[in-house]
Amino acid sequence: MQWETVIGLEIHTQLATKSKIFSGSSTAFGADPNTQASLIDLGMPGVLPVLNKEAVRCAVRFGKAIGAHVADRSVFARKNYFYPDLPKGYQISQYELPVVGVGEVDIMLDDGETKTIGVTRAHLEEDAGKSLHEDFHGMTGIDLNRAGTPLLEIVSEPDMRSAKEAVAYAKKIHQIVTYIGICDGNMQEGSFRMDANVSVRPKGQQEFGTRAELKNINSFRFLEKAINFEVERQIDLIEDGGKVIQETRLYDANKDETRSMRTKEEANDYRYFPDPDLLPLEIDEAFIADVIASMPELPDARRTRFEADYGLSAYDAEVMTSTRAQADYYETVAKVSGDAKLAANWVMGELAAALNKATMEITESPVDADALGQLVARIKDNTISGKIAKDVFAAMWDGEGSADEVIEAKGLKQITDSGAIEALVDEVIAANPDQVENFRNADPAKQPKMLGFFVGQIMKKSQGKANPQQVNELLRKKLGG
Amino acid sequence: MHTKTIAELSRSLQSGELSSTELTQHMLQRIKAHDDKLNSFVTVTEEAALEQAKAADARIAAGNAGPLTGIPIAYKDIFCTEGVRTTCGSRMLENWISPYDATVVANLRAAGAVMLGKTNMDEFAMGSSNETSYYGPVRNPWNTDKVPGGSSGGSAAAVAARLCCGATGTDTGGSIRQPAALTGITGLKPTYGRCSRWGMIAFASSLDQAGPMTRSAEDAAIMLGAMSGFDERDSTSAERPVDDYVAALGTDVKGVRVGVVKEFMGEGLDAGVGRSVQAAIDELQKLGAEIVEISLPNAGLSVPAYYVVAPAECSSNLARFDGVRYGHRCDDPKDLEDLYKRSRSEGFGAEVKRRIMIGTYALSAGYYDAYYLKSQKVRHLIADDFRRAFEQCDVIVGPTAPDTAFGLGEKADDPVSMYLSDIYTIAVNLAGLPGMSIPAPQSAGLPVGLQMIGNYFDEARLLNVAHQLQLATDWHQQAPADFA
Repeated sequence: MQWETVIGLEIHTQLATKSKIFSGSSTAFGADPNTQASLIDLGMPGVLPVLNKEAVRCAVRFGKAIGAHVADRSVFARKNYFYPDLPKGYQISQYELPVVGVGEVDIMLDDGETKTIGVTRAHLEEDAGKSLHEDFHGMTGIDLNRAGTPLLEIVSEPDMRSAKEAVAYAKKIHQIVTYIGICDGNMQEGSFRMDANVSVRPKGQQEFGTRAELKNINSFRFLEKAINFEVERQIDLIEDGGKVIQETRLYDANKDETRSMRTKEEANDYRYFPDPDLLPLEIDEAFIADVIASMPELPDARRTRFEADYGLSAYDAEVMTSTRAQADYYETVAKVSGDAKLAANWVMGELAAALNKATMEITESPVDADALGQLVARIKDNTISGKIAKDVFAAMWDGEGSADEVIEAKGLKQITDSGAIEALVDEVIAANPDQVENFRNADPAKQPKMLGFFVGQIMKKSQGKANPQQVNELLRKKLGG
Repeated sequence: MHTKTIAELSRSLQSGELSSTELTQHMLQRIKAHDDKLNSFVTVTEEAALEQAKAADARIAAGNAGPLTGIPIAYKDIFCTEGVRTTCGSRMLENWISPYDATVVANLRAAGAVMLGKTNMDEFAMGSSNETSYYGPVRNPWNTDKVPGGSSGGSAAAVAARLCCGATGTDTGGSIRQPAALTGITGLKPTYGRCSRWGMIAFASSLDQAGPMTRSAEDAAIMLGAMSGFDERDSTSAERPVDDYVAALGTDVKGVRVGVVKEFMGEGLDAGVGRSVQAAIDELQKLGAEIVEISLPNAGLSVPAYYVVAPAECSSNLARFDGVRYGHRCDDPKDLEDLYKRSRSEGFGAEVKRRIMIGTYALSAGYYDAYYLKSQKVRHLIADDFRRAFEQCDVIVGPTAPDTAFGLGEKADDPVSMYLSDIYTIAVNLAGLPGMSIPAPQSAGLPVGLQMIGNYFDEARLLNVAHQLQLATDWHQQAPADFA
């Protein structure tokens, strides 16, 4: 039988606000346990939440970025359950009336086709704390630093049909939230976490199969592996005459398998109801207009513009706009250098290779965009050759200064004085009479290739500094080739 | 000096005739001498009180005192007080010392009020008789075999017995007005949002409101002025200026339209209480008020609606008492489930458990629409009743409670009959309106409360009408013989 996979994702993005969603505590990562937990985060008797407007701004930004309806009135609800790292015994979330309604995003498939994935809703909520099992023999420690951190939970339609599509969608959401600056996207620190709802059905069948929810996946690679494992598991199960049960499963990256966490039967009754401590959230036109006015260019628009303005291929433009940092970097290099194509080659070539080797992000590059732009400019204005530029880049990477400083210090300036080049050409011709003879007698079709020998000799003599174009021209003239 | 009101004492303090230290010592002495009979205090903060009195005396000497400076008051033990234990009448918080002050406490402290201590209350404010406190029942100073009403019964008894000049209370379904009625004092529940709820341990968040409990309307005006105001830490607090309630006390009641709720004056009302309330209404008419009959047709739905909404919110609000971070924790839990179950079983009393169970049921999947949502609709109907009524009148009056103080233990095994003690007060909370109880003539030697309900944020008018009635009568001046 032919099977079809159906996948929907719930993505929790941690919003990049300075303080928590309902208290003034800092959201900075990595502080000592419970040093960033106020009375409110600790759920002390008598304390009350006050909504952080910045978190609302972030949610509206996202809504507008995916063309979604932003509700003029939404409601915070309490989701009640007991857990030691949930201080109040309930999580403040949104249930019936979320701030962001239906929207959509386009993803690019392997064959270059685009597919539209529906976003059902996105709602604001607070994160819980963290239970620490290590270092507490037979006990559990609680760190409430993360309690109350603002999250935007983005829920998709079950529109994805393969792990690859799910990954493409997750990457797209990651790209959008980092572009619009509402999330740092740091997956190791848990700023971007994914739950996947996975089911299978016979191809052609209308109704969905029973789904399993894969919880808390924090890497795109694991997302793909977890879904693929789960799809296999479900198909095997059904083909062996079994039945998929609705349950929550965990992906174990070490064993590359998913396993059951809890079944629907044990599922909590969350007893949602509107939080009486918070008034309904009302968002007016002026607030939305203000958010739109401050919105940066979105990745799809930027890609199209890069193709048009910089003459980049669709592929190059896609790579250059994959992250906002990358696009910002590239755009500076292109502007400073005055050669958009050469800039793209350098960003994707030499720079990418160096970053890759050093396992650095583009934002950490020791050669900043401005500096690389100046280096590319020196190639464009013939101060140095592309080959020499690689040496200059290496020196810049090692912190030896700007392009001009390195060129000056190492005497790498290209020789463009035609008299000096002519002297070198004459020297090489005089020193190699046999090769000159051979060249002159050779089939004209083979001559360009043979010219390489002389060019090489001359470049060697000039320590690579002679302008290769001038060398070529002069040689051809002198050899009569 | 304990027979004087806050307004009178304030004048004596400012004129130098009396010091706050003397007054505070006197009150502490009275608590020592009399509170054994009443059990109205859970904690007495003698040392802090004397320190604060000293500071108040210095402030008076420096000439920047207000009407509350140096006045000894008490706080219902539901208000968080920094460094002083806040039990909420529960074993759950027996040893819990709040790290911060409630806004109402901070406001009163800033006004110079002196804290004598924390008053006893029904556990987590759930009760109408003050018998559910872990710290034992409070007794009514008019007859110590009777209850003082709940849940602010400790505050009510302490004020009625003149162990403090005033006290704070909280009112979720009548918990300021009903005990005020049963002990013969003046109690005001302001408009929802008038006083900040920050630091007031939550029972039912959409209904809870703090208010003053005093011996006169004038004193209530003084206290309310200091307690109220917008608080950015409470999203539901009202962002509007506080009226000058004391300045508003000078207007006569001629032409004020007083609405009498016909549904409250019939069946279920004790005959003696009915006569007393009628006498108070007649007095208002004599003073020039215009009496009109009004109807609140949906008021009968208020008790059932309340006993869905309040427990639903309480089941959620009390989830934080889980034995994990603070409060009571059971010994040697065998696992997490056991920790929750035993800590909560041991920490909470029967009434609290009953309401948590009701609330959990009302919110659970499949019942939410039938109970919680339906109750919210009833709230709208009730608010609409009041809106229509206020087109016909300026102030609504009726009885505060259907009966005078009942005997200790009399209704303890019958929660539903206990719940009916708040039958006339609950609608006001559901609508979020201000309500007040002031003494009417006594019935068979026990106090009777006249309830007065105002429109939203119309506390000034409410206080003025009450004050005018108190200027013309002496019902509020009677003191229980053993505490005179």
